[in-house]
Amino acid sequence: MTTADVLSPNTGGTTMPVKPPKRRIPGWLKGAIWGLLAVGVLAIASYATGVNTLTSTNTAHTALRLALPILLCALGGLWAERAGVINIGLEGMMILGTWGAAWGAYHGGVWAGLISAVVFGALGGLLHAVATVTFNVNHIVSGVAINLLGLGVAKYLANLVFTPLSGNPRQSPPVPKFDTYSATFLSDWLSDLEKMQRVFISDLAGILNGLITEVAPLTMIAIALVPISYFVLWRTRFGLRLRSCGENPVAAESLGVNVYLHKYVAMIISGGLAGMGGASLVLLAGGADYLENQTNNRGYIGLAAMIFGNWRPGGLLGGAALFGYADGLQLAGGGTAVLALLYGAVILLAVIVAVQLFRRQWIAAALGVVGAGALYAIYWTNDDLPSDLIPYTAHFVTLIVLAVASQRLRPPKADGALYRRGED
Amino acid sequence: MSSWRTRLLPPLLAIVFAVILTAIALIISGADPLQAYGTMIGQLFKGSTAVDTVNLATVYYLSGLAVAIGFQMNLFNIGVEGQYRFAAIVTAIIGGALRLPPVIHVIAILIVAVASGMLYAAIPAVLKVTRGVSEVISTIMLNAIVGGIVAFLVNADQFGVQTGNNIATREIAETGRIPGIPIGSGELFGFVVIAALIGGAYWFMLNRTRFGFELKASGESTTAAAAGGVNAKKMTLIAMLLSGGVAGLVAMPELLSRDFSYGITSTQMYGFTGIAVALLGRNHPAGIALGALLWAFLDRSAVSLEQINVSKEIAVIMQGVIVLSVVIAYEIVRRADLAAEQRRVGRALAGKGSSVSEGGAV
Amino acid sequence: MSAPQAEVTDAPDRGEPAVQLTGITKRFPGVVANSDVNLTVTKGEVHAVCGENGAGKSTLMKILYGMQQPDEGDIAINGEPVKLRNPQDAIKAGIGMVHQHFMLADNLTVGENVFLGAENLHGIGRAARAKLAELAERVGLRARPDALLEELGVADRQRVEIVKVLYRGARIIILDEPTAVLVPQEVDALFETVRAMQKDGFTFIFISHKLDEVRAIADTVTVIRRGTTVGMADPKTITSRQLAEMMVGSELPTPETRESTVTDRDVLRLDDVCLSVEGSERNVLDHISFTVHAGEVLGIAGVEGNGQTELVETIMGMRKGGGRIELTETDGKVVELHKLGTLARREAGIGYIAEDRTRHSLLLTQPLWVNRILGYQTRKPVAKGQLLDIDGAREDTRRIVEEYDVRTPGIDVPAAALSGGNQQKLIVGRELSGDPVLLIASHPTRGVDVGAQALIWEQIRQARAAGLAVLLVSADLDELIGLSDTIQVMLRGRLVGEADPATVTPQELGSAMTGASEDSEEEGAA
Repeated sequence: MTTADVLSPNTGGTTMPVKPPKRRIPGWLKGAIWGLLAVGVLAIASYATGVNTLTSTNTAHTALRLALPILLCALGGLWAERAGVINIGLEGMMILGTWGAAWGAYHGGVWAGLISAVVFGALGGLLHAVATVTFNVNHIVSGVAINLLGLGVAKYLANLVFTPLSGNPRQSPPVPKFDTYSATFLSDWLSDLEKMQRVFISDLAGILNGLITEVAPLTMIAIALVPISYFVLWRTRFGLRLRSCGENPVAAESLGVNVYLHKYVAMIISGGLAGMGGASLVLLAGGADYLENQTNNRGYIGLAAMIFGNWRPGGLLGGAALFGYADGLQLAGGGTAVLALLYGAVILLAVIVAVQLFRRQWIAAALGVVGAGALYAIYWTNDDLPSDLIPYTAHFVTLIVLAVASQRLRPPKADGALYRRGED
Repeated sequence: MSSWRTRLLPPLLAIVFAVILTAIALIISGADPLQAYGTMIGQLFKGSTAVDTVNLATVYYLSGLAVAIGFQMNLFNIGVEGQYRFAAIVTAIIGGALRLPPVIHVIAILIVAVASGMLYAAIPAVLKVTRGVSEVISTIMLNAIVGGIVAFLVNADQFGVQTGNNIATREIAETGRIPGIPIGSGELFGFVVIAALIGGAYWFMLNRTRFGFELKASGESTTAAAAGGVNAKKMTLIAMLLSGGVAGLVAMPELLSRDFSYGITSTQMYGFTGIAVALLGRNHPAGIALGALLWAFLDRSAVSLEQINVSKEIAVIMQGVIVLSVVIAYEIVRRADLAAEQRRVGRALAGKGSSVSEGGAV
Repeated sequence: MSAPQAEVTDAPDRGEPAVQLTGITKRFPGVVANSDVNLTVTKGEVHAVCGENGAGKSTLMKILYGMQQPDEGDIAINGEPVKLRNPQDAIKAGIGMVHQHFMLADNLTVGENVFLGAENLHGIGRAARAKLAELAERVGLRARPDALLEELGVADRQRVEIVKVLYRGARIIILDEPTAVLVPQEVDALFETVRAMQKDGFTFIFISHKLDEVRAIADTVTVIRRGTTVGMADPKTITSRQLAEMMVGSELPTPETRESTVTDRDVLRLDDVCLSVEGSERNVLDHISFTVHAGEVLGIAGVEGNGQTELVETIMGMRKGGGRIELTETDGKVVELHKLGTLARREAGIGYIAEDRTRHSLLLTQPLWVNRILGYQTRKPVAKGQLLDIDGAREDTRRIVEEYDVRTPGIDVPAAALSGGNQQKLIVGRELSGDPVLLIASHPTRGVDVGAQALIWEQIRQARAAGLAVLLVSADLDELIGLSDTIQVMLRGRLVGEADPATVTPQELGSAMTGASEDSEEEGAA
C-alpha cells in the first residue's frame, strides 16, 4: 500500500472495465443479412403495388452497370481518405478516365482503353497529391480545382482528337465495348424461378439473374477490387502503414513510416480507380461512348457511398449498391417504379420506427412516423412522379441517407489534416 | 511592404504560370500561342465584347462574393451553383406572375431572389449543424437536384411558356426589368451598380461589423474565437444563409436586364466560377472584382479562337491551371515570408543573454 | 532563489551504468532548456527524474530518445558512447519511450498499433501475434490483439505503449509521467509490473513529480530544476523535507508586507463543480467549491495536469461541467454563469488571460488593434451595437500600448511580430480594460521576460487594490506567493489544502502539491 492510497481515498471501482466484446458477426454475413432484408422489403412492395420492375432482371442488370462508376469512385475515395487525404476531385479524375478510355479503346481495343483510363485518372490523383501533400493546399480547394481542370482538359482533348473523327466535339466516335459473359445454366433456372411470380423467391431470383447475365470483365474486376482492397489495406504491412497515415501521422512518422510516400501512393491508386470508373461509363455495352457530362456527379455519389459505408470496403459496396439501384430503377422502370420504391421505403421506415419504439427513442420514432407519413402521402396521391425529377432519384436518396445515417460514423482520425513532417 | 507582395504576387505568378502552360499546350496541338493570345486580346476591342465582359464579370463577381462569405470561416459553400439556379427559377416564375408598379416590382423580385437562395442554402446548413452532414456532399447533391427542379418547373404543364422552340418561364413585365446603359454597340447591365453596392456591403460587413469580425476570427483560429465568445454553430448557420442569399442574386443581372425569363437552356456553372474567382481574389472584394474581370475576359474572348482554329477549351484549361497554381503560389509565398521573418527574429535575438524563463521549452 | 543544499547520497552500486548523460546542454531561441545536465542510470534500477514543469526534464528525455540533438554533451549507453540522431537510433540502442501523451491510433487494433513500423521483426501474422501475446502477459495487458484501441481504458492503453516498446527490443524504458492519468489502483498495478520486469533485468527511467510515487518505486532519484541537475539521492533514506526542498528551493519569496485589500464581498463562487472526460473514470474536476472575494487574489497552486486548465476553461464556458458557478456584480446582482455561453460570461465582467496566448488570446496575423477587439466585440469602446468602432479600437489600443509599456513599432503590426512579453502585456491591458469584476489569470507570465513580468504583476496588484477579484493559476512559486492573498492547492482535480502565503513553508507547499503527506516529515513513508 502506498501513501497515494492514504491521501486520495478510494474512488471506488477497479480499472475501468473494457467493454465486453460483442460477439462479432463476420462482415460478409452481416452484409448478406442486410441484402436479404432489402430484397424482402422490395418483394413486399412489389407484391403490394404490382410493380414488377422493382425486382426484375432488367432492373438489376441496369443497376449493376450504373453502380460500377459509383463503386469505383467510392473505392477511390476510400484509398485516399484512409491515407488521410480528402479527394473531392474524383469527379475530375473520372472525367479524365472517360476520355482516356475512349481514346485508348478507339486506337487499341477495350483493354488498351481500360489501361489508358486508369493512367489518366492516376495522373489526376498525382496532381492532387502534389498540391495537398507537398504544398499543403487545403484538400477541398485542390479537389475543386482538379474537377475544373479535369473537365477542361477532357473537353479540350475531345475537341482536339475526337472532332475530326466524329464531327462532334462533345462525343467520341463509337468505341468497342467489352464482351459480356453469362452463366447461362444458372441464368435459365433463375429466369424460370422469376416467371413463377412467387413472392420473395421470384424477386430474389430476378435480382440474382440480373447480376449474373451479361457481365463484362470490367464488372468482375471492379467487384473483385472490393475484397482486394480489404485484403491489402487490412492484412498487409503496406496497408497498415497507409492506414496509420490517416489515423495518426505523427505517431506513424515517429515509428519510421514515410508518411509522404504513402500518401502519394494512395492518391495515385485513388485516381486510377476513379479513372476506371470513367472507363465503366464508356466501355460497357449499353453505355455511351465518351459523352460530355456523362459523369453527372457520380464521383460525389461515390464519396457519399463511402461515407455511408463508414469508410469500409464492405460498407461502401452496400452504399454503391443502394445508389446504383436507385439509379438503375429510375432508368429501367421510370416513375411508376420509383413510386413503388417509395412504398418500400415506407415499409422500411415502419420497421425502423418499431425498433426505435422498442429502444424507447421517442423522438427518433416520431420523426420516422412523420417521414413515413410524408412518403406514403406522396405515393398515395400520385400515379407517376414528375419525369424531370426521376433522373435525380439517386441524388435524393444520397441526401436522405446521409442525413439519417450521419451520426455513428467513424472516419479516419486524421482525415483531411494538413500534415507537415517534423511538426508536433 | 511585404503585405503587398504576399497579396499580389501569388495571383500574378499563377497567371504567368498558366499562360506558359497553355502556350505549351497550344504548341503541342500545332497552334501559335502568340497568335492565339493576340486574337483573344484583340477581341476585346471588337464589337460589344468589352461591355459583355463587364456584364459577365458582374455575374461572376456576385458568385465570388457568395462563396467568399463562406470561405472566410473555412466553410465551403460549393452549393452556390444550386442556390443561384434555384433562386433563378423561383424568381423568374414569381417575377413573371407579379403585377406591381415599376421600382417596387424590382425590389420584390430581388427580395424573392435572396430569400429563395437562403432557403436552398438552409438545407445543407441545417444538416451540417444538426446532423453533422458534410456540407460539401450535401451541396453537391442539391446542385444536381436543382437541374431536375428547373426542368420540372419549366415544363409546359407547370409554369413554362412555349415560345417557338424554347420553353421558359413567363417573361417578366417591363416594370420588373432593370434598364441597361448603352455603351458603344453594347448595353451594360444596370445591375453593375447593385453588384458594386453589394461588394461594398460585403466589405463593410467584414470590416466594420461584429458579425464580420467573428467570421474572420473563426476562420483564423477557432480556439481563439471560442475563447473570445464566438458561437461556432450559430456562425456556421448564419454564414451559410448569407452566402445563399447573395448566391440568389447571381442570376439576376442576366434575368432582369437581358433574358427576362429562365429556361432549361439558361446559363449554368456560374457557381463553380465563383469558387475560382473567390480563390483568386483571396476573399477580398476588390480582388474578387479583378478575378471576375479576368475570368469573364477569358470566357468572352475565347470564342474568337475558333476563327483561327484553336479549341476554345484552352480558356477552361487556363482557368483550371490558374486556380490550382494560385493556391500553391500562396503557400510558396507564405513559406518564403515565414522563413524571412524567422531569419529576422533570429538576427535580432542573436547575442542576447539567455536565461531560463518559466515554462520555457519543456 | 538561492541554490539549495541537498544531501547527495550515492545510488546503491549495482554495476555498470546503463545510461550515462554527461554535460548535456540544449538551447532554444531565447531559452536554455538544459544546462550541463548529468544523469547516471545503473543497470537494472528504477531511476526517477524529478522536476517541475519547465525544469527541462522533458527536453532531456527527448534528447535521450533521439527526438532532439544536444548542443553540448555526451551520451553513453551500456558503456558505449552513442549518437542518437533519431528515434530509430535510440530503438536500436535498446531504449524505448512510453510517452505521456500516448502515440496511439484509436481506429487501429491493439496489434496494429504494436506492429506498425516494426513489421519486419515478426511480420504481422501469426508469429507477430504470438510475440504480442507473450509480451502482453508480461505487462498484464488483458485485451485481445484485434480489439480496437478506442475500446481500451487508459491503463490498458499505457500497457499497449509498454508492449510497443518491448516488442522492439527495448531494455531501457523511459516512462514519461506514467501515473498522471491513472487512478491509484492502476498505479499499483503499474508498479507491480515495473518491479517484476526489473527482476528480469530491465532498466527504467521514471519521470515524475509525485514524490510519494517516486519514493514507492524508485531506487534513485535525480532532481532537475531550472535546466540543471540539482542532485541525486536515495529516495528511501532522504527525508521528504529535503526532497521537497530540492524540487522547490529552500527559500520561498517573502510577500511584501501590504495591507490586505480583501473584502468580504463574494465575487466568484463555485459550488460542487465537476467535469469528467469521455472514456475515463477519472473526474477531471472533482467537486470543486471555493469563493473569491473582491480585492482578493486566490492562487491555485499545483503541478500542471491536475485539472487547473480544465477548471479555468469550465469557468469561462469553454467546457461544460456540472455544478454551479455564480458571479456577483458590483451592484449585488448575481449572475448564474453556468447557464451562459462564453460571450455572456465575458460581458458579465470577466477578464481572461489564457495560459496559451497563441491559441486562445490572439489572432496572430491580425494587427494589434484588431486583437484589441477579440472578446470585446459587443462592448465599448471597440463596438457600438452591431458595428465596430474602429477609431475607438485604435485609440484604446494606443492607450494600452502606452500604459502597459508594450514595445511595438505601431498598432498596425501583426500580433505575431511582438515578443511574448509584449504580447502578454497587450493582453493584460485588454482584459483589464473592460473594467471586470473578476480576472482569471492562467500562468500570466509564462514565457515572458522579467521586465514585462514585473509590470504585469504591478497592474494586477493595482487592480486588486481597486476591488478586483483575481483567480490566479500558476506554477511559478514566485508569482503565486508574491501575488496571492490565499492559496489553494489542487491535486487530481480536487482542492486538497489551503495555505497562507505569508506563513507557508516550502516543504508544506511542495508536499501538498506533489502529494506527499504532511505527517511523514521525518523518514520516507512506506
